[in-house]
Amino acid sequence: QYSAVVSFSPCQQRIEIHKLRQGDNLILGFSIGGGIDQDPSQNPFSEDKTDKGIYVTRVTEGGPAEVAGLQIGDKIMQVNGWDMTMVTHDQARKRLTKRNEEVVRLLVTRQSLQKAVQQSMMS
Amino acid sequence: KIESLKVTVDFLKLPLGLKKPPLKEALAAVPGPGRPKPFGLERHKARRSDTMDNESQYSGYSYKSGHSRSSRKHRDRRDRHRSKSRDGSRGDKSVTIQAPGEPLLDNESTRGDERDDNWGETTTVVTGTSEHSISHDDITRITKDMEDSAHLDCSRHLGVMLAGALALLAFLTPLAFMLLPQLLWRDELEPCGTPCEGLFISVAFKLLILLLGSWALFFRRPKAFFPRVFVFRALLMVLVFLLVVSYWLFYGVRILDSRDRNYQGVVQYAVSLVDALLFVHYLAVVLLELRQLQPQFTLKAVRSADGASRFYNVGHLSIQRAAVWILENYYHDFPVYNPALLNLPKSVLSKKMSGFKVYSLGEENSTNNSTGQSRAVIAAAARRRDNSHNEFYYEEAEHERRVRKRRARLVVAVEEAFTHIKRLQEEDQKNPREIMDPREAAQAIFASMARAMQKYLRTTKQQPYHTMESILQHLEFCITHDMTPKAFLERYLTAGPTIQYHKDRWLAKQWTLVSEEPVTNGLKDGVVFVLKRQDFSLVVSTKKIPFFKLSEEFVDPKSHKFVMRLQSETSV
Repeated sequence: QYSAVVSFSPCQQRIEIHKLRQGDNLILGFSIGGGIDQDPSQNPFSEDKTDKGIYVTRVTEGGPAEVAGLQIGDKIMQVNGWDMTMVTHDQARKRLTKRNEEVVRLLVTRQSLQKAVQQSMMS
Repeated sequence: KIESLKVTVDFLKLPLGLKKPPLKEALAAVPGPGRPKPFGLERHKARRSDTMDNESQYSGYSYKSGHSRSSRKHRDRRDRHRSKSRDGSRGDKSVTIQAPGEPLLDNESTRGDERDDNWGETTTVVTGTSEHSISHDDITRITKDMEDSAHLDCSRHLGVMLAGALALLAFLTPLAFMLLPQLLWRDELEPCGTPCEGLFISVAFKLLILLLGSWALFFRRPKAFFPRVFVFRALLMVLVFLLVVSYWLFYGVRILDSRDRNYQGVVQYAVSLVDALLFVHYLAVVLLELRQLQPQFTLKAVRSADGASRFYNVGHLSIQRAAVWILENYYHDFPVYNPALLNLPKSVLSKKMSGFKVYSLGEENSTNNSTGQSRAVIAAAARRRDNSHNEFYYEEAEHERRVRKRRARLVVAVEEAFTHIKRLQEEDQKNPREIMDPREAAQAIFASMARAMQKYLRTTKQQPYHTMESILQHLEFCITHDMTPKAFLERYLTAGPTIQYHKDRWLAKQWTLVSEEPVTNGLKDGVVFVLKRQDFSLVVSTKKIPFFKLSEEFVDPKSHKFVMRLQSETSV
């Protein structure tokens, strides 16, 4: 028996976040860490300590990201179609905080997701 | 020689505190014209000074007892003067920091041990010689307090003379050694050729070197008059004296009496004396000059009136010398003492006292009552809500603002005033009536800034220090040297050190050294002494400079490596 995973690929999830307007800024309500210019060994969320991808390090309670289902520890693979696996930290920030975009569609992968898929595959 | 011996012996008694007999006999000799009390007081004090366990304010005494011969009449005058001026300063003749000009001690005396008092005018002057007063201080001192200084002058003068005599003796001795055989038994002497000539030349040059060395080391005007004898100088003088005396003794016995024929031996004997004198001179350099150079202690000097403090590093010095050092630095480091700036404004303080009144309702024991009363008042005042700090704060803020406003006006006025004049260039053709010398130029522009200056000085309470004449003079000075308005104002905008102001008013000559330990003791960790003037004092405390343990660490230049720092977290 398989347990279905709601995603396009077994390990990934699409999350759509609507930005919240706060004063002059549009905020998403989470924090990112990582990047090709950062030290990957310090990343508490990655399984592979050489992974220089962008990870979600904090999710604000009640913020747009939490509402949309983003969780802490998620690795962001794509933002609105732009690849996030080989970007610097600053580039990642810029891609997420474009002023003319009100909605961002993220492709994230999650360890728990992967584990769930593996477990279900094995059982 | 006998004279100097006697005096030296007297002098020797000094540091050992055995002054009692001469002092007593001297005091007994002084007539007491109906003023028994001051004399008794002085005697008592002198005795205390003998035991050296009290304040060493008795500078004069130590000298006097040493030179009891000359000091009798001086003591007379001094005592009379002291009883006149006994209004609080308890007979202090302590460290008079004047730079009394000392008569140039003579040459040779390499160490001038012989000069009991003037250690060759170099460093500390055990007795100042106030007769050559070349400095302004001296002149003013002499005109102002003749009585006070007269006897001191004489006693110091005597000391100088003695030291000079001993020095001369030491210098002439080798020459005498060499000349006497020639004069007395010339015919019997063996001829002595080249070696003797060589020795003559060496003696001549060594004496010349001794002369120059003594001149460099000892012929300096003393900086101050010290309350007690300078131990090192005493030591050196004694050493020289003993040296010379023992040489003469041997000479007298071995050479004069027996009419030694070997002239070369005699000349060599003289040369050895000169060598010994040169070595004593070396010792003098080391003891008097070199030993105190390496810093060993840090002295903190705090002015009691307003808390201005400084730190100084000194080497091994006796307390009296350290005191002089501190005073020398005081005059150019500490901002001038301004009594007007000391007190809290009246409006702040007066409020404190209003409030409680305590009435006593017929109690018998008055003493108990008063303390009880005062305690009650104090306790009540403490409990009451005290807003004087508020007053103080606002007063301060207001004062600051006022000062800044006046200062701004002053700066602008001065800047404008300076734009009115300029230096005459060669190519300018000006009519001679328009050309001014600095004084006239100063007067011309002074009027426009006078008011602003006066107001500013009054606000900062500096007006006693600057008279109109002094401001004009300073302005003239600045104009002559092409200074900018800012340079002109530097003198008025910040309170400068004492030495900047007019000498007569602000330079004190008389300071009192108060110390629990004898002032000839060396500095040690934790020693505290006080330098007093009438209205404030400098409290000096000593701390030893710590012993540093330096260790070495080698860093390979190739070991400097870096990596990217870890995660930065950005919130989006």
